Amino acid sequence: MADAAHIPDEAETRARWGGFAFTAENLAKAQTYIARYPEGRQRSAVMPLLDLAQRQVGADTQTQGWLPVPVIEYVAAMLDMPFIRAYEVASFYTMYNLAPVGRFHVQVCGTTPCLLRGSDNVMAACANKGLVKGKTTPDGLFTLTEVECMGNCANAPMVQINDDNFEDLDYDSTTRILEALAAGESPKPGTQIPGRHTSEPEGGPTTLKAMVDANHDYRGEW
Amino acid sequence: MPKLTVDGIEVEVPQGATVLQACEAAGKEIPRFCYHERLSIAGNCRMCLVEVKPGPPKPQASCALPAMDNQEVRTNSDMVKKAREGVMEFMLINHPLDCPICDQGGECDLQDQSVAYGRGGSRYDENKRAVTEKYMGPIIKTAMTRCIHCTRCVRFAEEVAGTEQIGAVGRGENMQITSYLEKAVSSELSGNVIDLCPVGALTSRPYAYEARPWELKKTLGIDVMDAVGTNIRFDSRGREVLRVLPRVNDDVNEEWAHDKSRYAVDGLMRRRLDRPYVRTNGKLVEATWAQAFEAIAAVNAGSSVAAVAGDLLDCETMFAARELLAMMGSSLIEGRQTGLKYDVSSLAAVNFNSTLNGIETADAILLVGTNPRWEAPLVNTRIRKAIKHGAKIYAIGAEIDLTYKVAWLGNDMSLLGKLPDGVAEVFKGAERPALIMGGGALGVEGAMGAALVLVDTFNMVRDTEDGAWNGFNVLHMAASRMGGLMLGWAQPGGIADLVAAKPRLLFALGADEVDFSQFEGSFKVFIGHHGDKGAAAADVILPSAAYSEKNGTYVNAEGRVQMSDKAVFAPGDAREDWSILRALSEVLGHKLPFDTFGECRAAMRASVPALGVEGLASFEWAPPVLDATASGPVGYPIKDFYLTNAIARASSTMQRCSAELLHGEPILEAAE
Repeated sequence: MADAAHIPDEAETRARWGGFAFTAENLAKAQTYIARYPEGRQRSAVMPLLDLAQRQVGADTQTQGWLPVPVIEYVAAMLDMPFIRAYEVASFYTMYNLAPVGRFHVQVCGTTPCLLRGSDNVMAACANKGLVKGKTTPDGLFTLTEVECMGNCANAPMVQINDDNFEDLDYDSTTRILEALAAGESPKPGTQIPGRHTSEPEGGPTTLKAMVDANHDYRGEW
Repeated sequence: MPKLTVDGIEVEVPQGATVLQACEAAGKEIPRFCYHERLSIAGNCRMCLVEVKPGPPKPQASCALPAMDNQEVRTNSDMVKKAREGVMEFMLINHPLDCPICDQGGECDLQDQSVAYGRGGSRYDENKRAVTEKYMGPIIKTAMTRCIHCTRCVRFAEEVAGTEQIGAVGRGENMQITSYLEKAVSSELSGNVIDLCPVGALTSRPYAYEARPWELKKTLGIDVMDAVGTNIRFDSRGREVLRVLPRVNDDVNEEWAHDKSRYAVDGLMRRRLDRPYVRTNGKLVEATWAQAFEAIAAVNAGSSVAAVAGDLLDCETMFAARELLAMMGSSLIEGRQTGLKYDVSSLAAVNFNSTLNGIETADAILLVGTNPRWEAPLVNTRIRKAIKHGAKIYAIGAEIDLTYKVAWLGNDMSLLGKLPDGVAEVFKGAERPALIMGGGALGVEGAMGAALVLVDTFNMVRDTEDGAWNGFNVLHMAASRMGGLMLGWAQPGGIADLVAAKPRLLFALGADEVDFSQFEGSFKVFIGHHGDKGAAAADVILPSAAYSEKNGTYVNAEGRVQMSDKAVFAPGDAREDWSILRALSEVLGHKLPFDTFGECRAAMRASVPALGVEGLASFEWAPPVLDATASGPVGYPIKDFYLTNAIARASSTMQRCSAELLHGEPILEAAE
């Protein structure tokens, strides 16, 4: 994995994060997550808790957060499960970052529908802004990751930045979004095509047209 | 009881059996990698695909499919053949073609099954993936590029060993099997994952590049590292035992062996006594057998003679020594080297009566001063299984990690007399209550009496619906203990009786744990195989054979009589123990009445008939009435699991395990 993220040295991480603990607010949230599962099945709450921990780390470091090993161990200990089991979960799901990321985690979808619809242009826009796959920009703002399908194929190509999806992108709109984020603005998430709302057909329906105005009965036409 | 047909053969299998098991019942071989009888079902290798009607028109993984009535299973159809070839082809996509340099070669499931079920050629010419090596400790050598992700090792660590340190990290193509943070796996049973691994990803580090399996002579043996009597196989080449593997015996060790059983054998080539020594002017000097015997005869001990038996002895040796002493007019023989003096008037009261297999069925277990994880790791796995079946475990002693949850009652033996109400309640209500006394508890005055009272109180010896149940168990740590007790190697006062008798001549038969300073005035003859503590204190050393170098009878903690075969010859001038005693007896003027090992064994069987019958010896349950007031803390006798006997102490693998796993010393890898 040439573009694998660099996980910091363990001793360093332990020194920095060894004393990690949930804030009072997050602890209360964690308790509600745990309470959702029957007694003895508390380890089912590992995923929301890891996410919570990652967000707290993010808040502490002014980034999107990541999961240092001591933090994973903290969560595992809280749920009374072996460390390796929590580590397996954290390493399985791409939404958990095992290495530090920047303030904006740019996740470009490169799977077939997005690729066909021009994810290369999105990538090019990112590259033009100085983003490198698997790396964080020197100013600590952007981390670029190429990910697999995010399920927004009707609005391909798309990119997920932090908790928002930006869809129907091209080179210019991607550049615009990145610039807006860098400038501290919050660009509109969702589709970037003016006039389109969500994933409805672009430029009006192409099938089932008669259904637009009324509940049309197609049975006779089959 | 579902009835189904497999390739036209009708079979009936128990409820809950899988299609794979049904196929095996019909005599059909189903290839598999992830499925293992003693582990949970994962169903991720897909090698066991079969065609099943009724069901979807595609091959099904038989290991994860319950057998049902009227199923028609086909294991030899074209679809199955193609499916297997396809799975095998996928498996080999990322498997390196390094069989010639792989230690698994010759005993590799993947190799065998690709020959039997594969396509015969590869269509793949893209790059293969490579995975970095993972460090898993001093026992396990890894080559993770070869891993096919069957997850047997992960399941073993979780389910059997109870040390959840191995896992699958990452996903998809990037999935890797690793120990947590690539640290050494701290399990006494870690070596078993080497056998479980169907490919060469996890191989044996001490045995790396030593031999090919077909070069090795296989001899059936019995392990002496603890009192479980693990059934093992010595793999030897020339005069060296290169490795030890467990054999399947469901009553004893299932198919596991702990790391000491497996890897202490390199100690058999180090620190060996290969010629007699006689102490002259305070120094041990090399001698001939004749000189050594003369030196012993010169003591002129008459009947002032005693003998101490070590922990690794076979019954024949102890019998020959007993006979020799009897002919000399002494009955001062003792096997409990460290000074234990528990009552042995009833052997049932010092036996593991529930049997190793039976303890799994207990529903409440009280551990008294025992650390089964170190004293008998394979008993510990049985207790884990009992917990899985719903047993409750309580323990008296200092708190330690036993790999499962234990309710610690405290470290005070007086608790035996006054169990907390909640605990007593559980034992009263239990169907099959059991109590396990460890070596630590045996050393506490009155503990055995108090435990026997508990047995009465909770009626632990009873008839249940599934037959007789005896819940009183003593967990010994020495392979020679039960055999020794059956042969009468015990004095009422323990070894103190021998000390008090001030014998002029003392035989130490592989006894390395004795405090020899007690025998200041005695002429000490050490008959053993390793230059350890016993040899250092001896006046005459007679080199003998280790457990791999002689035939022998052993009795394990549950009273199971088992025979071990000779794998290799003892080094140098060393001789088998019985023959040393036979030759010495002639010099001492009390000739033993047997000239061959067979005669020795026959004489032993005539004397103690139970030793002639392989299998569980039966001891009548007639517990003695003993002083039942015990108090005070109890200690665990084993301080270092990896260095409990002379062979293990001589083994560099065990030394490394001890240093790294128990004392946390970093291990320096050679720079490559």
